[in-house]
Amino acid sequence: MSHACTLSVNGIAYPLELDAGRTLLTVLRGELGLTGAKEGCDDSECGACMVLVDGRPVNSCSYLALQADGREITTVEGLAKNGELHPLQQAFLDEGGVQCGFCTPGMLISAEALLTRNPDPSEEEVRLALGGNLCRCTGYQKIARAVLAAAPGATGQPTRPA
Amino acid sequence: MSGGTYLQPASVDEALALLAEHDGAALVAGGTDLVVGTRQGKRTLPETLVAIHRLPDLDGIGEEGGALVLGALATHDAIERSDLVRSRWTALADASAIVGSPATRHVGTIGGNLANASPAMETGAPFVVFGAEVELRSSDGSRSVAVESFWSGPGRTTAARGEMVTGVRVPGPADGSGSAYVRLEFRRSMEIAVVGAAALVTLADDGTVADARVALTAVAPTIVRSPAAEAALRGKRPTDDAIATAASAVHDTAAPISDVRGSDGYRKAMIEVIARRAIDVAARRAAGEHVPVPATMTVGGTR
Repeated sequence: MSHACTLSVNGIAYPLELDAGRTLLTVLRGELGLTGAKEGCDDSECGACMVLVDGRPVNSCSYLALQADGREITTVEGLAKNGELHPLQQAFLDEGGVQCGFCTPGMLISAEALLTRNPDPSEEEVRLALGGNLCRCTGYQKIARAVLAAAPGATGQPTRPA
Repeated sequence: MSGGTYLQPASVDEALALLAEHDGAALVAGGTDLVVGTRQGKRTLPETLVAIHRLPDLDGIGEEGGALVLGALATHDAIERSDLVRSRWTALADASAIVGSPATRHVGTIGGNLANASPAMETGAPFVVFGAEVELRSSDGSRSVAVESFWSGPGRTTAARGEMVTGVRVPGPADGSGSAYVRLEFRRSMEIAVVGAAALVTLADDGTVADARVALTAVAPTIVRSPAAEAALRGKRPTDDAIATAASAVHDTAAPISDVRGSDGYRKAMIEVIARRAIDVAARRAAGEHVPVPATMTVGGTR
């Protein structure tokens, strides 16, 4: 049985008809073609599917799409603005925080959620905020360094778009 | 997963009417247990889902007559960050702060956590030591039930069909009290207690233990108190020796099983250690020492 809903993703409203059991991840990837969020474990363990719902990090593999009806969803595709990489994305590149890239969208989203709430985190706070994101290239050192480098509080200037 | 009917009531009354009307309908709040459970083959997605995540006024965290009152939709993240919870119900903040990952804590709700009835749930032992009461409503009325009587086994509760957890009321501890929850964990995040323990210690003016409660996680079909450990503490000064003696008494109710997370023998050995740490932190907090939330990061687990 299909249910009408409107998913607002990266500022665009998408009217959809969805089955009750559809997860947000399958809709983002299948219906909307937004393949940045990844299916890793499909079990809420790895964080590759992380997106923001009303600014909060959510494992989209384990979140019913219909529950996101009317809420503001941000995927990794929504981070760059006007052709310019988001400061977190640039920092991941600068610091070598990307290896195979599979975990990167989820890492960026969790980091964005952290920095929005806490613009000047300690390294421990960064590591705890990324606790639900696995990197199997084992690149955590550089990822943590990249998030610290992108923190607006660390540079003393607002480097991220308002 | 295709799934059947998805219903989104606008009020608790409407949700209760839908539950009464649709046999086998299930409530979904955050869905963190429900959706993952279908993937792990524990269950299939119910034919009818009643989504309550947007019900108004059900996510409150407040104080009423000296008790902490949590709405069923209060998230672990909100509970962990609440100054009110941290100040007097510290063990509950300890537990909420180590549930899953940031994403789990933002989405998962306390009502869902209670109703899922895992004997390894982090917030359960704190609720037990504080003597929490689960508030239930159905289309026939409302009632409250002591949290220990709410759980009847792993994944099972005494809630009747058509009843919904609307909140939980947690009595305030007496003056001079401190509390803590500590778990044994193999990793910092996305972890569930291998074993865990909560303690509530109330000190008399002379520094002896006026009252103590100890509850154990993941060592029995439900979370259980340890009357022997509690009795061993009463009237004593909370010295290292007294606390160790009390912790060694937890085997009165700890009867763990072996599973992928640990053997029964390992759990038996470790529950003593974890109970000792929980009692120790609770006693230190009762004496006015600041031990940061979550206590597990200070005294337990992975470091």
